[in-house]
Amino acid sequence: MDIKVQVHESGDEAYVVELTGEIDVYTSPKVKDAIGELIDQGHYNLVINLEKVRYIDSTGLGVLIGGLKRVREYGGTVHLVCTNPQIKKIFDITGLVKIFGIYEDEESAKKAFA
Amino acid sequence: MNARLPDAPEPAIVELRIPARAEWVAVARLAIAGVASRFDFSVEDIEDIKLAISEACTICIRRAQEGDQIEILCREDVGHLLVSVSSGVAGRLAVAHPDDSLALVIVESLMDRVELRSESAACLVEMSKRIAGGS
Repeated sequence: MDIKVQVHESGDEAYVVELTGEIDVYTSPKVKDAIGELIDQGHYNLVINLEKVRYIDSTGLGVLIGGLKRVREYGGTVHLVCTNPQIKKIFDITGLVKIFGIYEDEESAKKAFA
Repeated sequence: MNARLPDAPEPAIVELRIPARAEWVAVARLAIAGVASRFDFSVEDIEDIKLAISEACTICIRRAQEGDQIEILCREDVGHLLVSVSSGVAGRLAVAHPDDSLALVIVESLMDRVELRSESAACLVEMSKRIAGGS
């Protein structure tokens, strides 16, 4: 079980972090490093695409919350792309749907920065 | 791992022991999915149980010391699947981690009953989920 992290610029001052695999206590440090590196480079509007994520637990949520807190300090934000009902459910039960913008596709998530 | 089929005369008991290290949590997740699939759980229930056990393992790992193991014990009891996840020896001081609260919120939402205890182990998470059609 592993996580694949791909980062690309979306062309409208947002960066997209595309994740593939499972995010748990073992793999979440890799996600944290990727998000942290973008923020360190001065990128504060991030789309984190969870479409290809099969599983996420509280450590993964913690990384997303940590990233959101950091970019908010610079006036940025994090938008999530998530269509998997099981993963959406985790955001529901933890109340995180209220603090993250959650979108059905990457285009909608990017447009929401405008 | 020792297992009996759920239709055997005695209740099925499954035990799994893994090193209390992050890289082994996925193995526990896969194993518990296999166990849950032997009972009358829906696919959604099985995903819930996988996540709950994974969170319990993570809680144990945060309190673990070098060389600790996590013991996962599953058994059926009166229409419920009971699962205990424990690590470390009883009496050892286990410091709660700030991230445990989010993990526990998730486990409490997904399972019917959850208790975090420390009498018989440094960290013990006991939980149960009603089996569909169970009493």
